[in-house]
Amino acid sequence: MANSQRYTREIPHRFRLEAQKFDDGFISLPNRYISPISGTRNFEKINLSGKGTILSFTIVHTPSDQFKLVNPYAVAIIETEEGARLTAMITDTAFEDIKIGAKVELIFRKMMQEGLSGIINYGYKAIVCK
Amino acid sequence: MREVAIVGIGLTKFGELWDQNVRDIFAEAALKAMEDAKINKIDSLYVGAMSGGLYNYQEHLASVMADYIGQVGVPAARVESACSSGSQAVRMGYYEIASGASDIVLVGGVEKMWDADDGTFVLATAADQEYEAYNGVTFPGLYAMMAQVYMQRYGLTREELAAVPIKNHKHAVHNPYAQYPFEITLKDVLKATKVADPFGLLDCSPITDGAAAIILAPLEIAHKFTDKPIKIKGVGAATGPIALHDHKDLTRIDAVRLSAERAYKAAGVTPKDIQFAEVHDCFSIAEIIVAEELGFFEYGTAGKAIANGEATYGGKVVINPSGGLKAKGHPVGATGVAQLIEATLQLQGRAGKRQIEGARLGLTQNMGGSGGSSVVHILEAL
Repeated sequence: MANSQRYTREIPHRFRLEAQKFDDGFISLPNRYISPISGTRNFEKINLSGKGTILSFTIVHTPSDQFKLVNPYAVAIIETEEGARLTAMITDTAFEDIKIGAKVELIFRKMMQEGLSGIINYGYKAIVCK
Repeated sequence: MREVAIVGIGLTKFGELWDQNVRDIFAEAALKAMEDAKINKIDSLYVGAMSGGLYNYQEHLASVMADYIGQVGVPAARVESACSSGSQAVRMGYYEIASGASDIVLVGGVEKMWDADDGTFVLATAADQEYEAYNGVTFPGLYAMMAQVYMQRYGLTREELAAVPIKNHKHAVHNPYAQYPFEITLKDVLKATKVADPFGLLDCSPITDGAAAIILAPLEIAHKFTDKPIKIKGVGAATGPIALHDHKDLTRIDAVRLSAERAYKAAGVTPKDIQFAEVHDCFSIAEIIVAEELGFFEYGTAGKAIANGEATYGGKVVINPSGGLKAKGHPVGATGVAQLIEATLQLQGRAGKRQIEGARLGLTQNMGGSGGSSVVHILEAL
């Protein structure tokens, strides 16, 4: 279970898709001090548009306890139009419409609820564009 | 640097060991290894374990184990690198002996997974907890996404993918330590409970309790402990991106290639020289990708080659004669050490009905996460 500060510190990335674009072109959604590609420390802050493409996906049938209520569900690796890579659950989409190469849009959703007294976790999920 | 040899081995049965706790199984393997090397005192201890805390609510495992193997007073450290914890621990022991700091090092690996409340959650902590696991990815899910791209790009069929667990179960039949020493059919694989598309249950390594231990010593005094010391000819390790989405190519695991290149260079051998390999087949696609990164097959061809019998007895290279993680079992921290034990048994000619004729040179490859770490050892019979 996450305590509240572990959760709130990621809010800029998870709620607003705030990312870092390093001057070697690498884009990181999680906070980083240094680019893993070239070692540059120079970056600008950008907000991802939320539009992207599925690079791969799977339908998960055996989740951890946190996600049992939504089982089965799809997750995907997505490349955003800016070139950032991220992993997201796919929602509000029929499984047969999920394909490598499909266009998606990220939306704000509830992720999980940590038991009866834990905090409710929010973040991004993806919808396949019609 | 001194040359290093394996002079003793010890293994528990792999499986659901309800009557033994984490220290019991570690001690069983460690004491067997000490008996094998005919010693009752060690200079130093390394314990490979992924998550004593989450599985058993027990951290400080190195001191627990030193106490319970009758070696209180020795220096001891736990080594953690997710599923490659065991082979990383071996690497620490190797360098401790090579450097001259110690003469007799016990390296053990252990995981008591059946004590876990939510084993799927524990394994997912080897991924990026905040940016993969938070978004619902399970460990099978990560490798499943590699498989999806691989199958589409290279035209690997579901049936060809199934050839990996079918082969490894066949190998495990003659392994008395294996969790599942029985054969499975194509129909079994295709009809198994779904886990993460395209994987069913039989594409996935199981949840396993088990421990493995080896005794390392300088090669120059190895004959004091055994008639058949096995030389560790080369060691290589590497890291990769922690998140699968940061792999440039989702069908490659760069850390495996890097670790292999370093081990081949250290040993002065090439992939063609390797007669057999124990590799990290945590999921069916993993063995295929690893076999390519190790240089046994060209990219995009290992799946079909394995399906055509190139990775079993009589083929190009025997992969996972023990049954691999799939059929022998995958007690996470023990796996890397257990791979070196299988290689030792093969090179000593002690592998029974699964013996590879004339085995002189073998390789082990153990990785953590979705390729966040990989360790390769190359072993040679003397």
